[in-house]
Amino acid sequence: MSTKTVKKPMSSKRKNLLEMIAIYTIIGIMFVIILYPLLWAFGLSLNPGRSLYGATMIPENWSLVHYEWLFFDPRSNYLIWYRNTLVVALTVSFLATFIVGLTAYAFSRYRFKGRKNGLYAFLLLQMFPVLMAMVALYILLNTVGLLDSLVGLIIIYIGGAIPMNAFLVKGYFDTLPRELDESAKIDGAGHFRIFFQILLPLAKPILAVVALFNFMAPFMDFILPRIVLRSPENYTLALGLFNMVNDEFANTFTRFAAGSILIAVPIAAVYLYLQRYLISGLASGATKG
Amino acid sequence: MAMKNSQDSQDSQEILVNPKHNPTVAALLSIIPGLGQVYNKRYIKGAALFILFAAFVIAMIDFISTGLQGLVTLGEVPREDDSRVFLSNGILSLIFTVFFLAFYILNIQDALKDAKRIQLGWKVPNIREGFRNAWDTAFPYVLIGPGLFLLMFVVVFPLLFMVFLAFTNYNLYNAPPRHILEWVGFENFTNLFTINEWRNTFINVLSWTLIWTFVATTLQIALAMFLAILVNDPRVKFKRLIRTVFILPWAVPGFVTIIIFSAMFNDNFGAINLQLIEPLFNMRIPWLQDATWTRIALIMIQVWLGFPFVYALFTGVLQGISSDWYEAADIDGANRWQKFRNITFPHLMFATAPLLIMQYSFNFNNFNIIYLFNQGGPAVRGQTAGGSDILISWIYGLTFENQQFNMAAAISIILGLLVATFAFFQFRRSRSFKEEGTF
Repeated sequence: MSTKTVKKPMSSKRKNLLEMIAIYTIIGIMFVIILYPLLWAFGLSLNPGRSLYGATMIPENWSLVHYEWLFFDPRSNYLIWYRNTLVVALTVSFLATFIVGLTAYAFSRYRFKGRKNGLYAFLLLQMFPVLMAMVALYILLNTVGLLDSLVGLIIIYIGGAIPMNAFLVKGYFDTLPRELDESAKIDGAGHFRIFFQILLPLAKPILAVVALFNFMAPFMDFILPRIVLRSPENYTLALGLFNMVNDEFANTFTRFAAGSILIAVPIAAVYLYLQRYLISGLASGATKG
Repeated sequence: MAMKNSQDSQDSQEILVNPKHNPTVAALLSIIPGLGQVYNKRYIKGAALFILFAAFVIAMIDFISTGLQGLVTLGEVPREDDSRVFLSNGILSLIFTVFFLAFYILNIQDALKDAKRIQLGWKVPNIREGFRNAWDTAFPYVLIGPGLFLLMFVVVFPLLFMVFLAFTNYNLYNAPPRHILEWVGFENFTNLFTINEWRNTFINVLSWTLIWTFVATTLQIALAMFLAILVNDPRVKFKRLIRTVFILPWAVPGFVTIIIFSAMFNDNFGAINLQLIEPLFNMRIPWLQDATWTRIALIMIQVWLGFPFVYALFTGVLQGISSDWYEAADIDGANRWQKFRNITFPHLMFATAPLLIMQYSFNFNNFNIIYLFNQGGPAVRGQTAGGSDILISWIYGLTFENQQFNMAAAISIILGLLVATFAFFQFRRSRSFKEEGTF
């Protein structure tokens, strides 16, 4: 920039200004495109009426009636859904991280028969969406009596999370120097001790990412709960909200909007707060896996 | 002696301390698990193996043999035998059998290996040492045990089940338990390609899936790249704020935003038509009634949803490019386009290529947006898929709405083959594959 200013100060300054205007205009347009739908949903949730028709983005007499309904109306299951989702999310997050940690440790630090084929199998399996096997999952859960139960849902989530996350964590374990566990072994530490006291603490960042992903997944996923869960008191938030609009789309939309604002805000807050870790976690998973 | 030949030449040079101890005998004795180990004088190990195998056989033989039988017949008495149960028991039996065979072979190999070592003068370890060694070798399996178990039942078993379904005649009119399923070979696949209705639908859906994957993902990446470079300009202020807003679409749960968009694009009272299109062009666009418009809307929404993640990645890479590159380019008198083409673009691509490829494969199976926006619709006359259905959402529709389980499974297999081929080529090129190869 500085060399140009020396040559032609006036026109360069003007060009600079024009460019800045162009850049900020584009950014401004993007802001509108990004924020408009979100603010629109927020505005709608404040409408007193229930119908999408006639609801406006900036309601004249705004009210919190939908939020109140969700929390206090006896016909509302919202709090139960919230509790279900938290139960599922916490269990899945904890168990999946633990199992993934064990599996990744084995694949990273031991050379055993079937290791290589196992790695290939993981690579392949993580490409298949769980959705492809939905008929079988449905029938399987039905035969073992776990249909319409949160336990069934939890088991499927954990199983489905293993291949991809195990790769993520294995990649991270691979970067930790082997000398650490070898010196511990010489000092007489057993297998589990090396794992729990040396490797796990060092792998905390990636384990946190895995735990967070698995915690978030039940909040966002509606299709697996839709296949597994039947009765409204077992719904998770995503499924409950989905059914709310699915039943009579235009007639409960404002209520749906209120319900989704209540989950979008905390999730978005977590994501924005931890964005760096989440993105780097995803990135390392793809480049190392 | 087959294993003698298979051994390396270095072994034959070593002196046989116990030439009378015959590895072949050990291996042959192991046909009854444990006997080979006893021959090797590892009595406890032998006994443990024998008991384990005997227990497994006694406990499972009934289940496995009826299971495998059921897999062939799929039941005999309509209304009483449920073919689906037969099928799933059969698959479970198959899995158990594979495990059993694997352990069986390991048992023989183990006896053989020990026998050879004894031949070379190896002393059988005492009980404590033996336990320690066993624990050391078994430890990785203990670690992957729980994960493997879950994976088997939640991922592998259902996938196998689906594969088997593709070769049956399970559909709405021939559903268990009222009817007995039958094996039909490749009939479902040939139907898919020979019956006009199926073939046309398949070709339509597949071509839209490919277009969708390519266009939506590429636009997503292009927009992200454009914005990342724009905001990375040193003159731009409030970078943190801009970054936060740009990442918002990624942070808000996708199903919420897609439903919001689906309301905004509503033909009659959606905000897009009422507040944008009508005032400007004095018309309404049939976003949800017309397949082409639905597709356009879907692509726009996916770009909105998908660009933030790529944007965040690119921003990270851009901040890491050393300014030396650009200074050198300035000295050479390069213009902006040249700098972009020769410095920025290669840097971005090199650092993020695998992730970008993942974006393509994600969109290929992006069920949520297709289903939530318009449930794959609008309906198309004479075919089972809607105008905006991609393969995975078509499979969903066939399964849960039309109950054409056999066809859904057949299409799933084709989808799986596509994904697997893609994955194979992708992973062959990826770094970890090469690194793994060196072990």
